[in-house]
Amino acid sequence: MEVSEREILVVEKNPMLPQIFQIRSRKQETSDTFTLELEPVEAGVEFIFKPGQFNMLYVFGVGEVPISISGDPEKVSRVTHTTRMVGTVTKAMGKLKKGDLIGVRGPFGSSWPVDKCSGCDVVIVAGGIGLAPLRPAIYYILRRRENYNKAILLYGARTPDDILYKHEIEKWKSRFDFEVYVTVDRGTSGWKGNVGVVTTLIPRAPFDPQNTIAFVCGPEIMMRFTALELIKRGVSENNIFISMERNMKCGIGLCGHCQFGPVFVCKDGPVFSYSQVKNLIFKREI
Amino acid sequence: MKQEKSFYLAPYDLNKVFEYFKSRGYKVFGPTIRDEAIVYDEIASVDDLPVGWMDEQAPGFYRLKKRNDKAFFGYVVGPHSWKKFLFPPVLTLFEAKRENGKFKVYDVNTANEKYVFVGVRACEISAILIQDKIFGGGQYTDPNYIKRRGNVFLIAVNCTEPGNNCFCASTGTGPRVVAGFDVLLTEVIRDDLHYFIGVPGSEKGEEMFVTLGFREAEEFEIKEAEKDVNEAINKFKRSVDLTDAVEVLQENYENPLWEKVSEKCLTCGNCTMVCPTCFCNTIEDVTDLAGQVAKRIRRWDSCFTMDFSYIHGGSVRYSVMSRYRQWMVHKLSTWKNQFGMLGCVGCGRCITWCPVGIDIVENLKLFKESTVKL
Ligand SMILES: Cc1cc2nc3c(=O)[nH]c(=O)nc-3n(C[C@H](O)[C@H](O)[C@H](O)COP(=O)(O)OP(=O)(O)OC[C@H]3O[C@@H](n4cnc5c(N)ncnc54)[C@H](O)[C@@H]3O)c2cc1C
Ligand code: SF4
Ligand code: SF4
Ligand code: FES
Repeated sequence: MEVSEREILVVEKNPMLPQIFQIRSRKQETSDTFTLELEPVEAGVEFIFKPGQFNMLYVFGVGEVPISISGDPEKVSRVTHTTRMVGTVTKAMGKLKKGDLIGVRGPFGSSWPVDKCSGCDVVIVAGGIGLAPLRPAIYYILRRRENYNKAILLYGARTPDDILYKHEIEKWKSRFDFEVYVTVDRGTSGWKGNVGVVTTLIPRAPFDPQNTIAFVCGPEIMMRFTALELIKRGVSENNIFISMERNMKCGIGLCGHCQFGPVFVCKDGPVFSYSQVKNLIFKREI
Repeated sequence: MKQEKSFYLAPYDLNKVFEYFKSRGYKVFGPTIRDEAIVYDEIASVDDLPVGWMDEQAPGFYRLKKRNDKAFFGYVVGPHSWKKFLFPPVLTLFEAKRENGKFKVYDVNTANEKYVFVGVRACEISAILIQDKIFGGGQYTDPNYIKRRGNVFLIAVNCTEPGNNCFCASTGTGPRVVAGFDVLLTEVIRDDLHYFIGVPGSEKGEEMFVTLGFREAEEFEIKEAEKDVNEAINKFKRSVDLTDAVEVLQENYENPLWEKVSEKCLTCGNCTMVCPTCFCNTIEDVTDLAGQVAKRIRRWDSCFTMDFSYIHGGSVRYSVMSRYRQWMVHKLSTWKNQFGMLGCVGCGRCITWCPVGIDIVENLKLFKESTVKL
């Protein structure tokens, strides 16, 4: 083993101590999902992040969880998170109100390579809460719409009631330069749109596979099948990006929890190219 | 390494060394016997050392035995490693207090303690250098580790009698100490002789020798010490060729052999607790009864627990096989991708302290053989 002589280690800011932010607004998106807008308590601090990055959010006395940033990367005075209440911390977070404080560490992790391919078609495929980490990329792309050829969103939710950002999706749909397709796993009586899993939208979606970059986020199984469908259409493995989810305690490569074979999802990811992870995501229990 | 002067220390001269540091505000930690094992703890004098004891080790087996001499460092390694001082098993990361409907965060790690580590082996120095890289070498670092690490005076000891489970010659991390120490001791013990050869490895080490006024060692005294250290390499009972371990393990994730090698594993996590490089940790949140003060407490964690990989819906690694596989592949393979070196320094602790004697060296050999056959 080549262990070199000890290097001089430098003490820097403690990355495990959160900054305190105040909740400036709370919006119930669906029955189990809410969006918080946070502002640093310390005045004049800007929050700069890249689309796809996440923060560790700390609820006083309850715990800390990784949550993607779901707001506009150009609005640096506030930081936005959309969270689904599934367990202890996310439920406690859901009870917080406007004016309450929350701890924030971040931004951490890799980002959607929104500038990788100018003039390409961009295909964004989201499942459920997976739309939240993709929304900053959508804002970014729509703001620079001329840099891309087609822009397409394929979004799948469980039921019509689970569709996130409904109002915004309607606005996006009304744009002539953004093609938005929404599908639900199970329809309800009033639902007139597509029914079926989001992968069923891929074969028909109007993009040029040879010249496409795809950003995919949702449950792992959905991302696997989406990637396979995209590859079937001819999209290059290097142009498909997914965002992985693993247990995270630190978010910065120090706790070991998020390991996925040779990589740390928190610092090497969460966004990976399909070619980077394809050897592992089909193996069980890695 | 530049060859420094060598000094002669009589056995009880070590007390002068301990006093030297105690009077300068250091806490002295070293090997001592507790609960029938050699552990690392605060020591007052040479009398606390395991004088005249050795450890017998085999897979799943550890026992102390009387030596027929009065050697101070006549054992190899026990269940403890130095990581417990640099990366404490339990550490409060911060306290948060509610004040007028708001809360504030307080760093509680303000103490600045200085430590002497006595009797650090070559493999253990490598383990410390590995943790330096983990906690201090990346974009984000752990200031608590770095502060403690910066305050350590490290007294290393050369191994002259490798234990039954040792394989540091295979990992390239021993038995000779080559770097990373402030003072290096080699213990020489013969029928009528008992002394230490001391070599400084840093300015602080040099200063200590000069201040304490130890005499320079005679050439024959140094030669005897060198002979023992040189012969150690021929005394290993275990070895394994690690050249292609990284590739072999990552190419064999789906090899059915994993079921076999993990068959007996109890997922007790002993192997991860005793390993001097294992660094995984988790965080617990506690509050006082009134809910006014909250703490975030970091604890050693183990990849053998179900919670370790829990995400909403279930654990990623739910089978015993996958958890053993994660551990072994990490130690001998993916660690290299992550940190540029293997996560194993060949100390043998995981083999000794596994209640069912699961053996990382033998298991690696099985994978190498099974790959050849494929
Ligand atoms: C990079 C990343 C980005 C994420 N972004 C979002 C987001 O934008 N919105 C959102 O609603 N959720 C997101 N999640 C999932 C979110 O972190 C979990 O839902 C949350 O940790 C559950 O915590 P809990 O205490 O409420 O649940 P419990 O079921 O009580 O979980 C107990 C503990 O297990 C761990 N854990 C459980 N589920 C997950 C999980 N899915 N991922 C990681 N750790 C988990 C946490 O440490 C948690 O405290 C993201 C996860 C990752 C890794
Ligand atoms: S894996 Fe086992 S032999 Fe290797 S350093 Fe850890 S405890 Fe020692
Ligand atoms: S390998 Fe041995 S020590 Fe490690 S978890 Fe399994 S039974 Fe415990
Ligand atoms: S979350 Fe701690 S190492 Fe990745």
